[in-house]
Order: sequence, then structure tokens, then C-alpha cells
Amino acid sequence: MSKLTRDPMLEMFIFETAQLLEQLEQIIINSEKSKSYSTQNINEIFRIMHTIKGSSAMMLYDDISILAHSMEDLFYFVREKKPLAMDFSELTDLILDGADFIKTELSKIEGDGKADGKSNELIENIKKFLSTLKEKNSLEDEVCITKEKLLPIKEQKYYIGSGALSGTPTKKILKATIYFEEGCQMENVRAFSIIHNFKGIADDISYYPSDIIENDETEEVIRKDGFCIYLKTEYSADTIREILMQTVFLRHLELEEVDEVDEAIQRQKSKEIVLEGPLPSTVEEKMAEKVQTIEAQTHSLNQNIISVNVSRLDKLMDLVGEMVIAEAMVVQNPDLKELELDNFDKAARQLNKITGEIQDIVMAIRMVPLSGTFHKMNRIVRDMSKKLNKEVELTIIGEKIEVDKNIIEHISDPLMHLMRNTLDHGIETTEKRLAKGKTSIGTIILEAKNVGSDVMIIIKDDGKGLDKEKILKKAKENGLLYKAEGDMTDKEIYNLIFLPGFSTKDSVTEYSGRGVGMDVVTRNIETIGGTVSVDSFLDKGTIVTLKIPLTLAIIDGMNIKVGKSCYTIPTVSIKESFRPLERDIIVEPNGNEMIMVRGQCYPILRLHELYGVNTEITGFMDGIFVMVEQDEKSLCIFADELLGQQQVVVKLLPNYITNFKKINGLAGCTLLGDGSISLILDIAGLVNI
Amino acid sequence: MTDYIDETIEMEEDTQKGRFLTFSLGNESYGIEIKYVTEIVGIQAITEIPELPEYVRGIINLRGQIIPVMDVRLRFKKEPKEYTDRTCVIVINVKDVSIGLIVDSVAEVLTIPEENIVEPPKMNKGFYNRYIKNIGKVENDVKLLLDCEKLLTDDELENLSDSL
Repeated sequence: MSKLTRDPMLEMFIFETAQLLEQLEQIIINSEKSKSYSTQNINEIFRIMHTIKGSSAMMLYDDISILAHSMEDLFYFVREKKPLAMDFSELTDLILDGADFIKTELSKIEGDGKADGKSNELIENIKKFLSTLKEKNSLEDEVCITKEKLLPIKEQKYYIGSGALSGTPTKKILKATIYFEEGCQMENVRAFSIIHNFKGIADDISYYPSDIIENDETEEVIRKDGFCIYLKTEYSADTIREILMQTVFLRHLELEEVDEVDEAIQRQKSKEIVLEGPLPSTVEEKMAEKVQTIEAQTHSLNQNIISVNVSRLDKLMDLVGEMVIAEAMVVQNPDLKELELDNFDKAARQLNKITGEIQDIVMAIRMVPLSGTFHKMNRIVRDMSKKLNKEVELTIIGEKIEVDKNIIEHISDPLMHLMRNTLDHGIETTEKRLAKGKTSIGTIILEAKNVGSDVMIIIKDDGKGLDKEKILKKAKENGLLYKAEGDMTDKEIYNLIFLPGFSTKDSVTEYSGRGVGMDVVTRNIETIGGTVSVDSFLDKGTIVTLKIPLTLAIIDGMNIKVGKSCYTIPTVSIKESFRPLERDIIVEPNGNEMIMVRGQCYPILRLHELYGVNTEITGFMDGIFVMVEQDEKSLCIFADELLGQQQVVVKLLPNYITNFKKINGLAGCTLLGDGSISLILDIAGLVNI
Repeated sequence: MTDYIDETIEMEEDTQKGRFLTFSLGNESYGIEIKYVTEIVGIQAITEIPELPEYVRGIINLRGQIIPVMDVRLRFKKEPKEYTDRTCVIVINVKDVSIGLIVDSVAEVLTIPEENIVEPPKMNKGFYNRYIKNIGKVENDVKLLLDCEKLLTDDELENLSDSL
């Protein structure tokens, strides 16, 4: 068992435990906020700890399991006694420390390293806390469930029956009956792992109940009547016993030698090896029952959810993309042009409907609510406000909004960065706040909302705001000013902070102020096609807005033609398309072309000139204009003709090409129905040319 | 099937050794190690990508996969030539980068024993000398054996900044 490589079981363990820890953190922080632990929350924490304890013990991570066990003890106490006098903040610290420990261990395991961290100190702390709790609430010790419950086996004595079972070389049949500790859960799986361990040791294994893997109900049977194994082996009974004794959560083991398997069932057990394990006290029984009911409830809930490896989803996504293209290839096949095909059209429409639905579902599968990422911020706010001695309240709005899994991964770090910055630089200390006549508690609002096909994430604080003068000074020092000071609007000045190498914080703190940070935020957000902007009011606060796309994979696009090339413009950026009137076109003396639309003047971008495409259509009257808008800047793109609108699957340009340089204005490419390639225009890149 | 492949991988490497796909550019005959070659396809519709060096002609769609294509003629500063139905794209995979090489025509797969492979003469004349790893002798013919890795990476950044 010790040579566990990354088998599915371990994978599952890591995944589950990580999820549980996240849940735990959330509950703890919520509870701390409301200054009380509700019964429901305590039960939930208890359950989480219990599950972690069980699964880590099963995977032989003793330190995690013991730690989880002591935390479970603690919450058991809290639950049973509801001690009113309790230092919540200390309790929270303890549990969070514990959770952090398990997290680091998990990441070690994930990196195929050894989980070698020692949890002794933490356990000591927890025990100390528990005992002070007990003192405070002047309770008898009897409720304290045995601390050594987890590792009782090592210390226990057992008696060997008189019948010498010492190693006779002939093969014999051994009968072992195993009882697990109550409430250890998943008895059938544990039983199966025992059987698995015997492969290679015993030639002939039969066991009862026999359908342990297929049938979950055998759990009950094993719980009640024990798990019965018949082994035909040449090893001595002692060896077998030793192997069996290693079973985790073993409460009681009976081992005897029998002649015939069927006979054995009839016979009374002649020799018993009794493990004097902790007998289930009434308290424990009660606890076990409760846990079981809780587990049963959650179990039925969990059954509707399966976890799938993301790489499989990516594969599925790719395949659906291929299918969309293949469908277009069939339906728009040039061979079918100008043919009257009623039945074909009907069938094609049906196919189109189904592929559309599949596509929606696949996209929906990949959508994950932002709540997980948002709630991580709770933890940061809590830890930092404590350390920085600031009182801060975080309000989360719109956490239910869902975005693509890939995008979530990309925004987590930037959000964390922004949060730290806000806490460190934005929010003032309590004294300063009071001096300014603000409330003593600073507030940060983290909000998400849908805007078209984008999601806006807004971080708003009521801190001191950005210092315009300081930013300008700093920007000048670092040569970051891109235009004259007087020409810059307030917003442009504020957005200077996103440039690389900019940091106004004079001292470097633990959390921020190294002068990286903000430009990392921009870069991270830009890789997923999003934008960052900031606005600020002196002494009123700062608002940072992230605009990110809902999904990366499939977009609605308008295909346009220039010469022989085809380009795709994301439909969301298009405001309108039109044919111009001669008199609306203005040419500057410098040769810059502009067009007047409803009293507004817009620059014209000739796509054929930009990309050096040969086309016969160069006169404005022969082609068509597409007005696009991004970041409040508009532009009229001049193209030969519109080909039509369709959903396109975004593919990245090959690395070989992007390694040359980042091509201005190209976001990627896509395959069209006829198999040809269309280049997707990056409007944000184009408007900033 | 996979088992079968696993078993034969070792053998395959052996059989691939010393085998070269030969193709022609004008009068010269070139060879690339067969282990790099993924497949050979006829010339396809190429989508041009702006702002790239001339020899990168663009991208093609190879059964849903987007692959960049390089005109080897232009890469070696030869005269460009109209593409015909003899023109082929050799798709090679070097260090997980797939790229198509446009060549005049593909000839055959040859086994060139090691003793017939010699170092190229050290001359500073001739631009493409550094892309030639070795020279293979086949009967009375000479095959220029290409260094695929250099073909994709060498000096490209320099060239690019020159052209800008």
C-alpha cells in the first residue's frame, strides 16, 4: 500500500479533500462573521473533518488523519456542549491553521512528494484549546471521546488461542472475521482493499458478503455481522493475522483454522482473538448514528453529481467544435448547391437543432459559478485585516454568475492581487478613517454582473482613493507617461497604475508593493480577452472593473470578405454595418480617412491595406463598413462584403506563428463550413492601433 | 492495438534510422530524417497571415488541425515558383511543433547507410549551408540532409528584426 502512485483512488482523495477544505473554510469564515456557530454549521464541520479523517486514514496519511481527528474531537465537544464562552477567533485560527496544514500536505501529495509534515504542534494547540474550553465550561471529562481512538491497534494486546497455528508448510484454510470500527464508513470498500491485499499471498480467497463492490448495501451487513474471509494459504496464521492487523479502523478480528469452507460456516468459532479496542460507549454510538444520518443525507445529494476530469471536458469541447464544422461542411456542401432537396433540408435542420443543443449543454457543463473564487477572498480579507489591523467588511454580490472553467482559473490570481492591493493601499486604518469622518469599518464590495456576453467583476472600496499627483509623479519618474500631462483625463491617469513597473507604495509590505502586481493583473486578464480599468475618487474610494468574456471557445461571429481572405468579427463588438454615402467621407490632409455617421466622426480602417490583401474593391462605395466598438472606442472597418453570421469555434494560431511576434489585431482563427480558415479579428487590438 | 505499438516502438526506431524522405527543390535533392515526417499532402488552400516573414506562407487546415506552412524555396532564398499539382506539403513534427514544408516534389524514401553520410564542407558562402546537417551519397547522387530543428528555429528572430 505504501507505494501508492497516482491511482484513481488517490486522485479522488486529493480532489475530494480539497473540495471539503474549501467548504470548511467558507463555513468557518461565515460563522466567524456571524459570531456564532449554528448547529447546522457545526454538524457540517464535523462531517467534513470526519470524512477527511476517514479518507486520509484509508490512504495512510496518518498526520492528516490524526489532525482531522483532533479537530473532529473539538467540534464534537462544541456540538455536544454548545459552550457559550468561547473565543471564536481563536477557534477559527486553529481550524484554519489545520486546514492550511492539510492543504500543504495535499499539494505535496499532488506533486508526487511525501506528506511528511508533522501536525503534532497543531494537535497540541487544539488539545490545549479543547481543555481550556472544558475548564471554562466546567465540564466533566467523561464526554471527551478517546483521543487515541484512531491508533488503538498498535497499543492493544491480543491473545492467541492455544491451538498452535505456527507456520506449517501445508496449505490450510483460514477463516477471518473482521469487524470495523463503528462509523468508519465505506466498510465495503475497506473490505475490498483487504481482499486486494491478499492477492498473491493466498491462492484461494472467498468472502462473504461476496458482492461488496457492486452492492453498497453490504456496508450494513459488514457493519453488523462483520466481514468474513476464507483463505487458502501456505503462510502461517500469524503472518495472516499481522497483515490483517494493519487494516485501518479495525475493531475486532477473529481468525481460525478450518478444514472445509462450508463446514466452517456451521462451526462455532473455536478460537478467538479479541482486540480490546475501545468499546463503543453510548456517546459514541449516538455520535455514529448521527454521523450516519448526516452522511446519508449528503450521500443522496452527492449521487446526482459526478466529477469529471477537465481534460476530458476539453476533449469533448474540441469534438463538439469539430462536429459544428463538420455539420456546416455537410449542409453547405458545394455539391448540393442549387439542388431542390426538401427532405435533406428537413433532416439538416433537425441536425442543426441537435448540434446546437449539444453545444449549449457542453458549454453549460464547463460553466462554473464564481462563488468559489469569490469566497476565497473572504479568507484573504480576514487574514490581512487582522494582520494590518484594519477593520474591513467584504460584501459579495452576484457570486452565482457562471463563467467558463478556464476563465475562472485565470481570474483567481488577479482578483487576489487586486484584493490585497485594496486592503493594503486602499483602506485606511481605523484611526484615519474616523479622523476623516468615515465609519470605522471599511467596506469592500466584490460584485459580478452580466453585460452582454461579458461578465463584469467590480471591486469597490471606500478607502482613500488613488492619489493623482503621486501617480503622475511616479509615472514621470519611470518614463511611463505616453502623452502630455495636461491632455490626460483622470481616468487615463488612474489607469497608469496598470503599466509594468509601476508602484506608488513607498514601502514593500508582505502583501503588495513590489511594483509587479498590477501589470500582472492586466496581463492575466488580457490573455483571456478581458480588460481592466480603474476609477477613483479622492477619499471616497476606488473602483476596479474587470471585463471578461463568458467563454473562450465558441463565439458568435460575423464573417467578412476581403479579397480572397475571410475574417471574422465577434458579433458582440459590432454596432452596425452600412454602405456609406459619398458625402459622409472625410479625408484629412494627412491622408487619414474618416466617416461621419449621425453627426459623429469615426476613423476608417481599410482591412486590405492593414493586412496587405489584394482586392479589387478599394472604393468606399463598392464595399461595406462595419462599425465596431470596444472600450468605448469606435472604428469603421472597411471590407469587401459581408458573408454572414455564424457560430465559430475559436482556435489559437499555431505557436510557431505566434512565436514570431504577436500579430496586431488577430485573436485567433476558425474553420469555416467549407474547410477554409478565417482569421478572427481582435477588436480591442484594432481600435488601439 | 496499443500493446502492439508499444512492442514495436523499439523496432520502429531501428527501422527509421538511416531512412530519409527525399524531395527536390529545383535541381537539388534534399532529404529529411523520416522520424520527423508525419505525412505528405498535396498543396492546399493557404490562408495568409499578415506581418510574418515571407517564407511563412500562412496556415492550412489539415483535418481540423491548423498548421503553419513554410515555403522551403523562400526559406533558402531561392526564386519563388508557381505551385503546381506536383507541389507537396511535407508535414513534419519537430519537438511537438507541427509545420508544413512546401517543396517542389517529393521523391522517395531512401536508406542511406552511415558510412555514406559525410559532414558538409565548411564554407561560409551559401546561405543555407547551416541548415544542412550532413550530405548523403547515394550512388552517383548527392542528397543534402536537412537539420529540421535549425530549419524551424535558427536565426528567425534575427531575420525578423532585420526585416522590420
